[in-house]
Amino acid sequence: MTNTLLILILLTNLRLLISSRIHACVRWVAAQGILLGLLAVVGRQADITLLGILFALFTAAIKGWVFPWLIFRAIRESEIRREMEPYVGYNLSLAIGLAALGVSFWLGRRLPLPGLPGPLFVPVAFFSMFAGLFLIVSRKQAVTQALGYLVMENGIYLFGVVAVRDEPLLVELGVLLDLLVAVFVMGITMFHIQRDVESLDANQLTQLRD
Amino acid sequence: MMGSLWALALLLIPGALALLLPRLRWIGAAGAVAGAAVGLVACARLLGGAAAESLRVHWSIPGGLLYMELDALGAFFLLPVWIVTALAAVYGVEYLGRHPRAPLAAALFNLLAASMVVVVLSRNALLFLAAWEIMALSSFGLVMLEDEKDSVRAAGWTYLAASQLGTAALLLMFILLGSAAGSLDFDRFSAAGRGGWILALGLIGFGTKAGFIPLHTWLPEAHPAAPSHVSAVMSGVMIKMGIYGLVRLLGLLGPIPAAAGWWFTAIGISSGLLGVIYALAQHDLKRLLAYHSVENIGIIMLGLGVGLLGVRYGLPAMAAAGFAGGLFHVLNHALFKSLLFLGAGSVLHATGTRDLDRLGGLVKTMPVTAAAFLAGALAICGLPPFNGFASEFLVYLGAFHGSTASAQGPVWGGLAVLVALSAIGGLALACFAKAFTVVFLGHAREARPQPARDPGPAMKAPMLLLASLCLAIGLGAPRLFPAFQYILAGRTDAAAQAAALGDARAALGTATGVMAVFVALALLAALWRIRRLAGRPVSQSVTWDCGYAAPAATMQYTGSSMAQPLTEFLDPVLRAERHIEPPAGYFPASASFVSHTPDFFQRFLYRPLTALGARLLAPLRRVQHGNVHLYVLYIALTLLALLAWSLGAR
Repeated sequence: MTNTLLILILLTNLRLLISSRIHACVRWVAAQGILLGLLAVVGRQADITLLGILFALFTAAIKGWVFPWLIFRAIRESEIRREMEPYVGYNLSLAIGLAALGVSFWLGRRLPLPGLPGPLFVPVAFFSMFAGLFLIVSRKQAVTQALGYLVMENGIYLFGVVAVRDEPLLVELGVLLDLLVAVFVMGITMFHIQRDVESLDANQLTQLRD
Repeated sequence: MMGSLWALALLLIPGALALLLPRLRWIGAAGAVAGAAVGLVACARLLGGAAAESLRVHWSIPGGLLYMELDALGAFFLLPVWIVTALAAVYGVEYLGRHPRAPLAAALFNLLAASMVVVVLSRNALLFLAAWEIMALSSFGLVMLEDEKDSVRAAGWTYLAASQLGTAALLLMFILLGSAAGSLDFDRFSAAGRGGWILALGLIGFGTKAGFIPLHTWLPEAHPAAPSHVSAVMSGVMIKMGIYGLVRLLGLLGPIPAAAGWWFTAIGISSGLLGVIYALAQHDLKRLLAYHSVENIGIIMLGLGVGLLGVRYGLPAMAAAGFAGGLFHVLNHALFKSLLFLGAGSVLHATGTRDLDRLGGLVKTMPVTAAAFLAGALAICGLPPFNGFASEFLVYLGAFHGSTASAQGPVWGGLAVLVALSAIGGLALACFAKAFTVVFLGHAREARPQPARDPGPAMKAPMLLLASLCLAIGLGAPRLFPAFQYILAGRTDAAAQAAALGDARAALGTATGVMAVFVALALLAALWRIRRLAGRPVSQSVTWDCGYAAPAATMQYTGSSMAQPLTEFLDPVLRAERHIEPPAGYFPASASFVSHTPDFFQRFLYRPLTALGARLLAPLRRVQHGNVHLYVLYIALTLLALLAWSLGAR
């Protein structure tokens, strides 16, 4: 069950890399968030507590509903185009994604963490982070940068679920709060930047350098 | 220790509130005063001989430890911090008035004060550096308060660049100190045979903050740009943190490098002389005061240099008098320099200019400011009965002890210090004669819509309090000597130190007594004059005007003309730029004279250096292209490389 979920998360990452529609991307990120919430419950069957379940639900709600809602609203209000506008084509993105997947598995082999529920955890966590970073780097629109950060955070969350056994809740809660602020800030700056630069193409931000 | 922590809380919480509740204009200053009251009690206990208190709390940063300690040396350096920041904060409330950034200024001001306290208290390199940076950044924010002016922005960036370079040197110094010991706590540092390098880095790092020549160039830029109460704190207290760092470092080094005394003396002589010479050539009142800070840091370094030479050549009397004089001058300079800056601030507040050649005659309309400024001027010139005299006297005494020694070294050192110190004193007197005369005496050089008036009580009270402190310390200096026993503990042999301090105290007591007699005589003469003039007609008339019947206020001696005999003589050092259009013919239509004196080191050292740096680093601008995607790519690639490296190496 755990492995199934992990593989699903892995596939959502690949799907994100080849998706050309922003709305679809936001939905896939939301789906990934809900999968993560499920994983937090399933991945720790042995020592799950009521607080743990509540926390998993909370995470799923934030990642699967609040963030997508905020991003959808930002898209609606800023009237941007619905396309991802990549620097790197979708096929090449997929190829790079697969290469990153290979690197992730290599890193996972080199980094054996004790007490893991399965061998896939670390590679998938790394892959999510790489996919997020790649989205940030390779897509022009500012919204996709927020999406990239979300995907990256999902990778960190995977580590949080497994690696930090003692106080995963606290660590994760902190990261989640950071992210919430980040999405807010992103929304606000997007609004302001659009007003000033009249475009949400992150490429145009070069005008803002000193 | 708890006292100091409470005092910090009293500073910081109202500082934050000042930002949140901008209507409560007094809250920041109230916090500064309350913090000072609590903090000073703690300092007084330590200076009375109580044992040092310390506090260690775990800190999650690697190598970091919230390790603070209050000892007599720290308590002594905290005295000016607490006194001056509290008074300047009160002054600042009225000075800034309803300035839109006044709440921000109050918050930054309290943060600056708190960071200076933590600098003095901290005993862990990371904590120290963190506080040091907060101090630099909060004061940078205060310098930039009026960043709509180009000159202010230029000054702010100069200051920031200088202070970052200084911190870089400190970082290296702490790495050297900590690497041998394997710990960043002060009590486990060891120099491990690299004392010379460590001291050199310390002199660069702390010297940038203290402002010795040639590391002083930020000082005459940043002090005039900052609001006056901030200049008072920066010039009076913050640059002393550099001196504190050096004194603390000397205690941490173990065996002090043999040449240290000569280094300190040489720095002291060059800073003292060049500082006062440049001050003499200035037209801007606050810039003039800033150069005097360079001069006084030089005097402090002279005192420390004499002390170190005394230690090196085994002359405890020279060592004790030198150290005591140098440290005492730290307190005294803090008091009179902040007094002078507050006085200059009142003048600026009332007239809107710092240009000496546009002021004049203010003693008639601003008598309180004039009196306070005069007290500060007398103190900074080292004239009795003010406090500057007491500390310079101790440095002189140390140098005399050296010059009468049997060995060659201290004789030359002592003589050099004596010559330099008397030249500095003479030039400082000339400079303040010029500054006070041009600003306060004579007639106003420009017509004003309203006469310049003394400021309100919130600005007057701090000036008067500082002036009376200068006088009280000047008269009561011998009573403060027991505290030096605790402050200097461990620097020299205790018994010899006690004897030397006893001698110094007796000599200073005699000097104080003699000057008390002179003060009494002067007062008697004044009384006699008043009695003689009573009942007789007293009238005012113009000065002798060489037969010219229509003298105007602009014909008075200007600052430049008063200083001209000296600046002409010193021109090989000053290299003033003069633009003269002499009067031509019998009925000249126009004539003009403009002179200004750019800083030698700024012109011939830093400007070429920074231009070279900018040229060499220009290709790197291509990396900063403003493209966010590629910035994130840099980060991602770095992370990936680091991960692969650390996991692949296993």
